Formats: sequence, structure tokens, C-alpha cells
Amino acid sequence: MSDSKPVTRRNFLYISTAAFSAAGAAAIGIPLVSQMNPDASVKALASTEVDVSTIVPGQSITVLWRGKPVFIRRRTEVEIAEAKEVKIEDLPDPEIDDNRVKNPEWLVMVGICTHLGCIPLGNKGDYNGWFCPCHGSHYDTSGRIRKGPAPTNLEIPDYVFLDDNTIKIG
Amino acid sequence: MIRRGRRKLLLPQHSVLKFIKFLALLIITVPTSQSILIAAEIHEPMRPYWSFEGPLGKFERASLQRGYQVYTEVCSGCHSMDLLSYRNLIQPGGPEFSEKQAKAMAAMFEVETGPDQDGEMFMRSAILSDKFVSPWENEQQARAANGGAYPPDLSVIVKARPNGADYIYSLLLGYKDAPEGTELDDGVYYNEYAKGMRIAMPQVLYEDGVEYTDSTAASEEQMAHDVTTFLTWSAEPKLEERKRMGFKVIIYLLILAFLFYFTNKSIWRDTH
Amino acid sequence: MSTDYKPQSAVAKWIDKRLPLITLFNGHLMQYPTPKNLNYWWTFGGILTFCLVTQIITGLVLAMHYIADADLAFSSVEHIMRDVNYGWFLRYIHANGASMFFIAVYIHMARSLFYGSYKEPRELIWIIGVFIFLLMIATAFMGYVLPWGQMSFWGATVITNLFSAIPVFGESITNWLWGGYSVGSPLLTRFFTLHYLLPFLIFGLVILHVWALHVPGNNNPEGIDVVQGSQDTVPFHPHYVVKDVFALLVFMIIFAGFVFFTPNLLGHTDNYIQANPLQTPEHIVPEWYFLPFYAILRAIPDKLGGVIMMVSAIAILAFLPWLDTSKVRSAKYRPLFRQFYWIFLANFLLLGYLGAQPAEGIYVIISRIATIYYFVHFIIILPVLGFVEKTKPLPKSISEPVLNDKERAAKAATAPA
Repeated sequence: MSDSKPVTRRNFLYISTAAFSAAGAAAIGIPLVSQMNPDASVKALASTEVDVSTIVPGQSITVLWRGKPVFIRRRTEVEIAEAKEVKIEDLPDPEIDDNRVKNPEWLVMVGICTHLGCIPLGNKGDYNGWFCPCHGSHYDTSGRIRKGPAPTNLEIPDYVFLDDNTIKIG
Repeated sequence: MIRRGRRKLLLPQHSVLKFIKFLALLIITVPTSQSILIAAEIHEPMRPYWSFEGPLGKFERASLQRGYQVYTEVCSGCHSMDLLSYRNLIQPGGPEFSEKQAKAMAAMFEVETGPDQDGEMFMRSAILSDKFVSPWENEQQARAANGGAYPPDLSVIVKARPNGADYIYSLLLGYKDAPEGTELDDGVYYNEYAKGMRIAMPQVLYEDGVEYTDSTAASEEQMAHDVTTFLTWSAEPKLEERKRMGFKVIIYLLILAFLFYFTNKSIWRDTH
Repeated sequence: MSTDYKPQSAVAKWIDKRLPLITLFNGHLMQYPTPKNLNYWWTFGGILTFCLVTQIITGLVLAMHYIADADLAFSSVEHIMRDVNYGWFLRYIHANGASMFFIAVYIHMARSLFYGSYKEPRELIWIIGVFIFLLMIATAFMGYVLPWGQMSFWGATVITNLFSAIPVFGESITNWLWGGYSVGSPLLTRFFTLHYLLPFLIFGLVILHVWALHVPGNNNPEGIDVVQGSQDTVPFHPHYVVKDVFALLVFMIIFAGFVFFTPNLLGHTDNYIQANPLQTPEHIVPEWYFLPFYAILRAIPDKLGGVIMMVSAIAILAFLPWLDTSKVRSAKYRPLFRQFYWIFLANFLLLGYLGAQPAEGIYVIISRIATIYYFVHFIIILPVLGFVEKTKPLPKSISEPVLNDKERAAKAATAPA
């Protein structure tokens, strides 16, 4: 031990051994954690194509997308007008109707209350839109929160019109 | 007393060694004589070159794509591949068709789905997330159509047979005219590589039986090679990922073992 | 264990005063005095702990994706192999891990047999070990049934039918085991439940095994007791922690070789065919680690007799501490025992080979001879050897035979003075 050189060399060896072991131990965590992420068969179902040709104005359908309900509503002229008239200052989560639709006639949104995950009921509530029975959140004809505990508007999923009658969600 | 006892027991030590030799001989000779017995019954399969063998082996993309074509045009009339989905055709490490190509391939098949609003089941063209469409409704239908024989599902066939790919390849090319005096029942064919040299599957690969889209010449060997490559991938779709990862893991373990070897030496240096 | 250890930080002190966990771990995993002359055969205890933990972790993760139902089990395993992120990796570790576990446990047992680690005062460590081995067999067997391939199904059928050998109650017992009149979904579900449970029982027994070990301390290649407070021992950490890890890494390289490059070598091709109750495979072969006991089962021409002999072949191990009458532990100092030890091992390997052969002709005859020899070794050879063998003189202490020639010469020179 009188010679300090081998001691430093030893310390270097010990530290690299420990560091190298730690890196390996951390790498083991990757597969163990990642195995719980959505697997390939689940991801393959991540987008859904919906035929909307049979829906008439004032009617909505609910489709299942990624295990969640999605509301597709063909709005009436009145509903569109109502949605556009609202003053932006009156909204808890300000957002204009044009930003929530790709075609004003079609409203596509995830049917899950942003409060605690219940499914709101259609054509209900004080604003002629949706009403969540769990804790009394009221949404308007654009799916925006107007009254009640929900913090934000109903979520708009990614979707595209493949043609006039087909919507691809996700 | 003790000394006498010991001397007596020393003698058998030679026979002890002899016994060990006998056991060793037995273990060596018995399996060889047995493999001779088996060889008389079944031919050892051919051993062609496979790009996926070896510690860093990979599938040949073009061969996988041609193999899929052989499967759909030749095998899929009788054999299902229940464990595969059309989406697998685009995944890395597989045939790696483009998404557009795979969608078109899927759309060539119809699947039953539903029920619709009226409670009726209906047909639609297959999409990527669908499983490969089976030629049969159920096993009974398959047997009825094949003289009682059930064409096995091919998804993991390469892993379900001894000698895997070599066996499948050989079997596909093993059809010969039965030697004089061989009696074959109806619906049974002579194949050098089949068990008992008899098989219920007729020869299916004939030269130019498939017109390859990449205009490779479709010899029997080429088709057998391509479809076997495809079946090896379908049995082990993560083969490339596995070998790549294995290489890294072993290198890591070697370095760490090396470090621990010297750490261990250093720790024990002062202990005598 | 040494009790002079005191935790340093305030938090550690606070915890340790209420629950002396830190002192416990320090005593048993750090300061634990270990004979300094242990060779690499002693590293398999640590390797086995690694195997158990690996199997539990990968098994837990696989159970998140596996479905224990006769119609779905096979495809759920393939779903793990194809779709689950890193699923193939986890499953191949688990499947090959079982084999690696048995390689390690057989080496561990062979080491104990060679160095007499089962003798007084370590009998209980050995007996607990035999129970761990039994549970391992049960766990591995039930695990092999879960993928619901042809070998799973027919293996389960053959082994559960062993119980039908029991007179009078045989049939009721098998029906009870199956939850039906043949192997099917109810059996698969209960095997899955038990396969999940048993590893935790093994874990509990391992704690007892180590506890029982730490009372007398390790045996060692010389088979003699350590001289307390001498130079015979070194602290477990870092000396044996680092040495065990090094050995473990070498073991892991072999393990990784199987997992990544020949993952199906130790399995059977028939298990990639979904279970079919209407068709038995040509040869039913258990996993390689059961082959010696399977050979014993088949060597006996009587159904009940075969079962009894197979069970006895394992049960007899529990009586080994009393069957071996020699007071000397290590085979190093037992020249005759050493030869019989190697014959026993060769005979055991021969049984393993015979277990994989068809039960006909010459194989049956050799199986019978090997089976008889297996029992003769325990019932006749070991008890007799203790009385007739002239053992070599034992060293006074562990440090003595470790001295090199120079030191021995120096010692001899000083001795007369």
C-alpha cells in the first residue's frame, strides 16, 4: 500500500466495473417496462374507418376507437349557428367552433367527459349539447364545457375525411 | 484388519475403471447404431445454404417476398396460417412489403364480420389487422376435402419439425416415382423425406408453377427455397432482432466478465 | 454474525433500532465469515439465486399476457412471441431459464455430494435443499404444460396418470386432479395457478436454506471446520460477492448463447404443435432434466412399482446424511469414495441418456441395471464405505494445505527450534 499508483489503478478498475454493471442493470429495465406498452396487435387497431353515409342531420352515432367511444354527429343548421354564436369570453376553455371541426356539418369527438371519464349523454343539458350524468358537466353543440366540474372541452381525435362518406379516425 | 480390508478393495479399482470405459463405449456406440437404423427409414434432409443461419444471419427480403407469393398461389389453397396477420407483411425483419402493397394483398381476401344493424354477418375485404384468411371453415371441412388428411397450419411448421427448414425444403423436392414393388394407397404419395416415405400431400411445386413478380426463374428448387424461407420467418418473425440483440448482449457480458475477473483478482491479491 | 456493526446515518439508525434490517443484511451479506478456500463449484448457490429471481420476474411478466385456457393458451404464447414488445426475449429467457436452473442445481448437488456438505452439522441445509429440488421439479413440470403444445398435453397426461397407480383411489384422484375425465382446460388453469405459487414457496425455502447455512457456516473443499477467529475466513463482501458475480457472468454468457442463438435446442419440436387430444406423439420425452428419473420410472415393469421407485429415487436423498457413515466430509480425503462418486455420476448420466431412448430391447435391460445401481450406491456402498475405507489424514486447518512449498519449508525449519 506504500505505492499509491496501484491503488489508483485499482480504484479505476472498481469504478468502471461498478459503472458498467449499473448500465447493464438499467438496460434490463427496458424490456421489462416496455412489455406493458400497447403491443403490435393493439397498435394495428389504432385507426378505425367509419362509413357515415347513412347519418342524417341531427343524428349521431357512437363508434368504438381504441376502446373508447367516439361521437360522430351530423349537426343541424341551428346547432352550427348556436355553436358559432357563443361569445368566446363566456367559455371556461375558450376555443372557437371552427377549430373543432373540419367540416362544420360534422362534429367528431371522443365521448369521454374530461372530468373523470364518464360518457356524456347526447341532446341533453342546458346548452342543447351533451350532459354528463356523473357530476353534472354541461357541454354545448360544439362539445365545449359550459357548466360543471369538467376542466376542458371534449377531446377532438385525429381524423380525416377519406371521401365524403368515410372518416378515418386515428 | 483395516489394511487387509483396504487391499481387498483396491483390486476392484481396475474393474471400476473398466466399468467406466464400458459405460463410455456404450454411450458412444448406442446412438450411432441407432442413427443407422433411422437412416434406413428416413433420408437425412438436404442442407442447402440459408441466409438466416449463423449468429448474424438475416432473411433475404426478395426471397421472403417471393416465398409469400408461393404460399398464396400454391400452399394457401389447403394450408392455413392462423397466427399471421397481413400487417406482419410490412413489419421490419419480415418481407417488408410497403404498406400499400400489403393493403392490396389483404384486399384480395374476404373476411366475415359483423353483425350489422340488422344483426346479420356480412363479408368485407380484409384489412391489415386481419389474420391470414384460412382456406377452411374448420378442421372437419378440411379433412372432408382432403380425403381425411388434415393439412397442418403452417405458421410455426418450421419449428414444429425436426431439422426445420432443411426438412421442409427436402420434403417439397422429395417426390419421386415409387420404386418397383412399393404399394401406395389412394391419396398417398411417395416422398423420400417423408416418414415411411409416404405422404398424403401430392407434389405441388412444378417448374414455372408460379410466375414471380420480380421475374426470377421459378425452378422447383427456387420455389422450395423461397417458400421455406418465408415459413422460417413466419415461425420466428423476430429472428433478426434476436440475433442482433444477442450479439450486443454477449459482447457486453464478455466485457463485464473481463472487468470482474480483474476486480476479483485484485480483491483476492492480499489473501493467501 | 459479527455484531459490532453500527449504522452510520440518522435514518439508518432510526430504522435499525426499530427493525434491525440493516444489521441483518450487513451480517449475512457483507461481513459473513466465509472460508477463504472455496472453489468455483461454490459459486452455484449465488447462480441459483439469480436463476430463481430471473424465473420469477420473467414469469410474472409473461403471466400478464398468457391466457390459461385450452383454446387460447397456444395462441396466447405465440401472441407473446410475435406481438408483445420484447415478448420473444422474455419467453425465451423463461423457457431456457428452466434448463439453466436445472443445470445449476445439478452441479450444486454434485458439489455437495463430492465435498460431503450434507454431513453433520449441515444435514438440515441438505434436507431443505431436497425439498427445494422437489418443488423445482413440480414447478418446471407444470410450467412445461402451459404452452399447451403436444408435449405439454401428453406429458401432463402421462404424469397425472401416475396417480392412477394408487390402489382403490387411483381413478378418483386423477379425476380430481383433472377436474374432468381427461386432461383439459380445468387442469391447465390449476397448473397455471400452482406454477405461479410454487416459486414463492421455493423462495421461502431458499431463505431457510441460507439461514440454516449461516448457522454452522460454509463447508469447504477440505471438509474441515474453520478455526474461529483465524485467518481461515474472509468477509463475504467483497471477496465472494465479486467472485460469485464473475462466475455468474460466465454462466450468463452460456445462458445468452441459448436464448439468442439456439433458443429451441433444449425444447421439443412437438411442442410447437397445438395440443391434440386425439393424437399422441410417437415418442413422449420429458424435458432433459427429468430424463434420469423418467428412466427409473420406465425401468420397472410394474405401474405402481415404477412410480414408487421414481419417488424413492428423490426421497432417498433426504436420508443421505445418515446413509453416508463416513466422518470425513470431503472426497479429497476419501480415495475410494471418490471413485464410487464418479461411477455414480456416470450412472446418473447413463440413466438420463436411457430416459430419452425408446423403452424397448436392450435399453430396458440397461435401465434396470442402472436403476439398481443408483439405489445400491445409497443403500449399500455409502454405508459400507464409511466402515471399510481408509481415509487420508486431514489437515489441521484450512490455512495449512494452502501454504505453498516455500512457506512449508520455512515452517519446518522453525518447528524444531
